[in-house]
Amino acid sequence: MTIELDEKPRAWLDGAEGKAMQLAMRLVLRAARILDADRLVPITFAHIDACFYTGRAHVDFARFMVENGGRLKVPTWTNNGVVSLDDPELRPPADDPETVNGASELMRLYQQLGCKPTWTCGPYQLPGGPSFGDHIAVGESNAVTYYNSVLGARTNKYGDYLDVACALTGLAPFAGLHTDAGRKAQLLFRCDDLPDSWKRQDIFYHLLGHHVGRIAGRGIPVITGLALTATKDDLKAVSTAVAASGGVEMWHGVGVTPEAPDLASVLGEGERHDIAAADLTRAHAELSTARDGPLDAVALGTPHFSLSEFSTLLRLLDGRKVKRGLQCYVSTSRGVRSLLAADGKLGRLESAGVQIPVDVCTYYSPKIRGLRGQVMTNAAKWAYYAPGMLGVEVAFGSLKECVESAVRGEVWRDRDLWSTA
Amino acid sequence: MRVLHAGTAEGPVQMLAEPLSFWGAYDPRTGIIIDVRHPQCGACLMGTILLMRESRGSGSAPGSLAEAIRLGTAPAAIILVEPDINLAVGAAVAHSLYGKSCPVLAVAETEFMMLLSAGRLRIFDDGTILRQ
Repeated sequence: MTIELDEKPRAWLDGAEGKAMQLAMRLVLRAARILDADRLVPITFAHIDACFYTGRAHVDFARFMVENGGRLKVPTWTNNGVVSLDDPELRPPADDPETVNGASELMRLYQQLGCKPTWTCGPYQLPGGPSFGDHIAVGESNAVTYYNSVLGARTNKYGDYLDVACALTGLAPFAGLHTDAGRKAQLLFRCDDLPDSWKRQDIFYHLLGHHVGRIAGRGIPVITGLALTATKDDLKAVSTAVAASGGVEMWHGVGVTPEAPDLASVLGEGERHDIAAADLTRAHAELSTARDGPLDAVALGTPHFSLSEFSTLLRLLDGRKVKRGLQCYVSTSRGVRSLLAADGKLGRLESAGVQIPVDVCTYYSPKIRGLRGQVMTNAAKWAYYAPGMLGVEVAFGSLKECVESAVRGEVWRDRDLWSTA
Repeated sequence: MRVLHAGTAEGPVQMLAEPLSFWGAYDPRTGIIIDVRHPQCGACLMGTILLMRESRGSGSAPGSLAEAIRLGTAPAAIILVEPDINLAVGAAVAHSLYGKSCPVLAVAETEFMMLLSAGRLRIFDDGTILRQ
């Protein structure tokens, strides 16, 4: 396959604008060749994951780009960092100086390169992002799936360095989910026969996503029978869980997501799965490692909590406080936290004992202070990763169950959760 | 055969029974597989010609491979069946930053099966693979 390049990309490749642009162009072309793409497509937006520290090589790469004339061609937002530049005390350097210091150096370098410092895994919750039909380059798995599925923007999952290379060149290989043919569904999941009352519960969407991802693997599933009232937060939960338990980068919900007005428009042939109550029960069991009982912490906000989720949290707290001695973390972006502050909710949450870290995710080590022992979460992705990353025991529950449990200091179960009334 | 990242290498064959995620399941500081669910947990990949049909996808794999190449704990080369962008990009970045090379190749299943019985392999810049 031969790719024809315009004048500008050719000049970058020749090194006429420095070593940074040359390396970026080489990486994009290498990816295009592996994907058998016959052209590159201009992108309008990038959200990079290479700002999440995994070793010295990350810092060296970012520094190389900054020092050798790298210039971003599109608005580029940043995923979570390993540390918070806002609150260094969240992860004291003494625990792991190499990682903590390397992580903050890395974040500063990407700011220097010109990225907008959003530090969030939920960039789609902030104003000013991409729109339906836009070609974009995104690295964080839940954001890839949300942008493709819920917004209808187009991206493959771009791993570290390639995400930055796309942002620097403003180009991506025209392949996979950038193409119409690459966005068709391959398997069908029916939840038409499940009770409507379940589909009003936030936990339903986490369990559904976990189950579908397990079976779909890297395929594109289409789900029928979702409630037309499913909220953006519900669709975020599905997107995140299918990406964590499988490798799903796009899913369709008939009547719910923008490219699936009806089944025929997204699915030709494909295997069919009818979702039963037992599938959700199994998903719940897979996401729970702790026995119900006393709790050390409650961890919410994976991906970062939205404004509407915070409103629900406040309503469920109903003026009560988190149990003394129990840590209650709700991670979000600095963008959402400043909106919370603006309408007075931040103070109400903090005085109820809710801690709201920004810029980070809470399941990644080095540990956030106090996250140990028995921890309850409402997020399938947190439940999936935290036992391995932090060595904690996880109790999985709905948001209401998590809030009640945080107030009581022990796991509380909602007997009405699965009623069919 | 496709050269995903060119380079020369020589070393003993290490075959992986299951796909490996280079991030999370592998420690670049030691070159050792650390995922307890992987059947070869504890194996050290440093200096080996790694035969692995496919990689387990992680967007952080390129950084982890580049870090291992920087530290000298990485495999000497990686031979796949399924072409993998992350490993190719990680190897390319490490080559640019540190001048160290870890060739990454993708071969047909039949060729992959034949390579499994080799004790040592040598890889040339053009992708030629020789049994030693």
